[in-house]
Amino acid sequence: MKITATGQPLLRVDGRAKVTGAARYSAEVQIAGLAYGVLVTSKSARGRILSIETDDAEREPGVLAVITPRNALRLPDPKVPENDRVVQVLQDDRIVYSNQPVALVVAETLEGATHAALLVKVHEEKEPATVRLDDELARAFPHDLQSSAGKQPADQIRGDPARGLREADARLEETYQTPYQTHNPLEPHATTAAWSAPDRLTVYDATQGVFGVRKKLAKMFGLAPANVRVLTKFVGGGFGCKGAPWSHVVLAALAAKQVGRPVKLVLTRPQMFGMVGGRPVTRQRIAAGASKQGKLTVLKHESVSTTSRFDDFLEPAAAISRHQYACENVETRHRLVRLDIATPTYMRAPGESTGSFALESAIDELAHALGLDPLALRLASYAETDPTENKPFSSKSLRCCYQEGARRFGWTSGAPGGSKTRAALSRPRTRDGMLVGIGMATSSYPANFGKAEALARMLPDGSAEVRSGAVDLGGGTYTVMTQVAADAIGLAMDKVRFDLGDTQMPEAPRSGGSQTAASCASAVLLAGRALRDRLVRMAVVDARSPLLGARPDEVLVEDGRLSANGRADTFADVVRRAGGAPVEERSKTGPDEARKKWSMHSFGAQFVEVLVDPDLGHVRVKRLVGVFSGGRILNARTARSQLIGGMVWGIGMALHEHTVYDEKLGRIMTRDLADYHLPTHADVPSIEAYLVEEEDLHVDPAGVKGIGEIGITGTAAAIANAVFNATGKRVRSLPITPDKLL
Amino acid sequence: MRHFGFERAKSVDDAVRAGAQPEAAFLAGGTSLVDLMKLEVLTPLRVVDVTRLELSRIEPGPDGVVLGALATNTDVAMHPEVRRRLPALSEALLSGASPQLRNVATVGGNLLQRTRCAYFRDLATACNKRTPRSGCDALEGWTRMHAILGTSDQCIAAHPSDMCVALAALEARVRVRGPSGEREIAIGDFHLLPGEHPDREFALLPGELVLSVFVPATPAAARSRYVKVRDRASYAFALVSCAAGLELSGGTIREARVALGGVGTKPWRSPAAERALAGQAPTRDAFRRAAALLLEGAQTRGGNAFKVELAKRTMVRALTLAAEGA
Repeated sequence: MKITATGQPLLRVDGRAKVTGAARYSAEVQIAGLAYGVLVTSKSARGRILSIETDDAEREPGVLAVITPRNALRLPDPKVPENDRVVQVLQDDRIVYSNQPVALVVAETLEGATHAALLVKVHEEKEPATVRLDDELARAFPHDLQSSAGKQPADQIRGDPARGLREADARLEETYQTPYQTHNPLEPHATTAAWSAPDRLTVYDATQGVFGVRKKLAKMFGLAPANVRVLTKFVGGGFGCKGAPWSHVVLAALAAKQVGRPVKLVLTRPQMFGMVGGRPVTRQRIAAGASKQGKLTVLKHESVSTTSRFDDFLEPAAAISRHQYACENVETRHRLVRLDIATPTYMRAPGESTGSFALESAIDELAHALGLDPLALRLASYAETDPTENKPFSSKSLRCCYQEGARRFGWTSGAPGGSKTRAALSRPRTRDGMLVGIGMATSSYPANFGKAEALARMLPDGSAEVRSGAVDLGGGTYTVMTQVAADAIGLAMDKVRFDLGDTQMPEAPRSGGSQTAASCASAVLLAGRALRDRLVRMAVVDARSPLLGARPDEVLVEDGRLSANGRADTFADVVRRAGGAPVEERSKTGPDEARKKWSMHSFGAQFVEVLVDPDLGHVRVKRLVGVFSGGRILNARTARSQLIGGMVWGIGMALHEHTVYDEKLGRIMTRDLADYHLPTHADVPSIEAYLVEEEDLHVDPAGVKGIGEIGITGTAAAIANAVFNATGKRVRSLPITPDKLL
Repeated sequence: MRHFGFERAKSVDDAVRAGAQPEAAFLAGGTSLVDLMKLEVLTPLRVVDVTRLELSRIEPGPDGVVLGALATNTDVAMHPEVRRRLPALSEALLSGASPQLRNVATVGGNLLQRTRCAYFRDLATACNKRTPRSGCDALEGWTRMHAILGTSDQCIAAHPSDMCVALAALEARVRVRGPSGEREIAIGDFHLLPGEHPDREFALLPGELVLSVFVPATPAAARSRYVKVRDRASYAFALVSCAAGLELSGGTIREARVALGGVGTKPWRSPAAERALAGQAPTRDAFRRAAALLLEGAQTRGGNAFKVELAKRTMVRALTLAAEGA
């Protein structure tokens, strides 16, 4: 296979459609007879709906229905599928978190429904509630880890941690905390549901996985999965909060059935705080020790995270300590605490983002205690094999990332004698008196690979259609799959039309766990190759082909042209001579037994320089350099964008993001983008993201390790480490706001 | 959004007449009003559009600068005479909101900006400012963004404006016209303390329309600076801000003007603090002593205790920059 497109930093194939508005997002779907739904949400964090006054709302012109638990259609099966998020869909009068759906107004216009929703008066009976981890800490319980990679036990002990502590030359025991955070993709959650028959449902949904939506709706409405079609052509960011279908998805379908018209339900920004998940609070205790040379002798990492009363989501924050460094004595534990909050969920690098803040801060603290360069300590404890089960890494270029990152950042010249000397003696300042600090951290994220299928079809005009029911979250799936397909089939990019986001296509996994590029590209690659091979075989046995009699393996395919021994044919001619019907091949791929022999992760290193105002406590990131490895890179441009996006979010995680609850009301008070702080342009300085070359023959057929989430891992720790380097103050609770540095 | 009547004023008199009707609201840039109407925090029966009135001129004169009520935040901030003679005002405006908002937000609207108290904006919570005598959930709630000066047991909402902090320090005067004619209100009297009636925020009478703001161009104003501390570099309300102006003479302070933002229920000034600076050398110690006076009587609640020290440091920084000159 000749690689010409794959890896190139090509422009997005859907870029033009996006900037001209031609790309239709889920909230923009227009179908005849559409009605608009607007949710009414609860005030209490826990309690019961006593009554709902709907008269005023129902009297408003254009209002079609005010759906409440009293009159809502009963779902044939209100239980959600296994491993899916529990939803609140007006089937009972319970209130289990603040801002929960308690009624749904459907009207002829969005404005009418919005206004009528404010006229609905909900009388709630409030019950005592808490959203504070401390209040329920005594009832924390162990919970297994559930991820794209499968189940892992809550607790794991290797070696003898007590001995490791005794043998250490320097020890540390500290608690790190990360706050509630909310995804806030630019595109709101949006669902349009239309019933074409009592048992046939079509749904346009802003989701990370069309098949998951189909499964949930089919089960809850008692339909055959084949009778539910879910489409998602464009998504404006998911980051995990569009991974599981939430209440509004079911409610849109319910409302459409109840009013007998298609219904569109788009969440408002304030409604996206709670109902659709967020990152839970984590409190992480780390006990670690190392020898004078920087070799870790013990690593204990215990994480407590929060979930709702009615559903289990565990943030697997301590999992990263199982494989990040070479250490003989490792103990990791995971605990859950139930609170009166909405269920948290996967949020970009769940576990690795929060866990790396604690682990990579602790490593920096140990290095400081030992007077070692923090990079030297990381190299002294470099894991050549995954220590968890002594498995080899399928590929690991972390050392190269460290070296390349240090070189580009200028780390060696910037940190003579290690951070201890720098922090204790002369702290450098800029001309206007700002303190300067540098820090670094390791990034890592598992290389996930899920079951995926694709089809590739050659048309008589010599162009190909390739399909797989994945979702493009905005990261560039359309583009990279077109590149992979073009190379696999042997066509120019503009002769390939790749399509996705429809349950009528071959099944692909949910876009989560950074698995889409790996899984979908493998399926597309295999389908494309199969199609090419079949067309070659058709040519060499075709009496009318110039290639008749050639050996298939000597046929060279390029740009739709097949050639061997100075003779040539084309895909178009092969198909036409066979009668003109499209020639189609399908593929099916997924993880196999052989894959279990390896430990598979993407790796990286991040280096940061910060400026801190010594009086006013304001932290400014001046420069952020990240170097990563992710196996085969499908498109250098979109890959870089993914990494930069993650790193920017890492700045937000370090300095800004915090979903604030009023603890008395149990209610999120930062429900818009003015109060929930994301980094602005002014907060994002020069960011450099680089990829090192890496070949991985084991991870999946495409050789791809996901890079969608790794960018946010380690960033917050690198910044906290730099703040310490600048100020001598160690902030162990995010975000690092000015008050923490006064 | 509730249904409302809409009319476009053709003249100031027209606007005053329309604005004097019950539950009327003037619409200029709309960045605050429309936002709060969408939340149904504000539900005026009539919206009187004043954007077509000829009130957007910025007129520098020998004693100061007159800012038309409809001059945009951007136009005021970028005006060369404002930058030269009233630098703190320009800096304050540029530190507020985002370029998009500053391009439509007006001087008059900024004067009448409503608090960003998260409880005020959330109909599910109790708020005396929104609904008199309904209680205040902020008192024992998330107070990080709330005031520590000028509070009452009814309300601790912080005044949100940056511009008004500079105007307070520069002793601006607001010209208004109402059904009974024109009058001038000193900026210090324009915003009301919450007291027992946090729903009353402004000294304006029904129908009174802001025409312009006069900002005296004093020597202290020419040597003024604005410093804002916030949780991110842009597009965030102040944790603490300070506008400070100094008139120096022979190594001592002749006159000082200081106002704080983010900490008060209105832009916060203290004559005692300003008097304490007069006659002193512009040193850190003198600034620090004045800061202590300005923060006298601060009442913190949980999450905003840090503001006392941060406000002092911010004030020292602003005075230091003012002393150093532009």
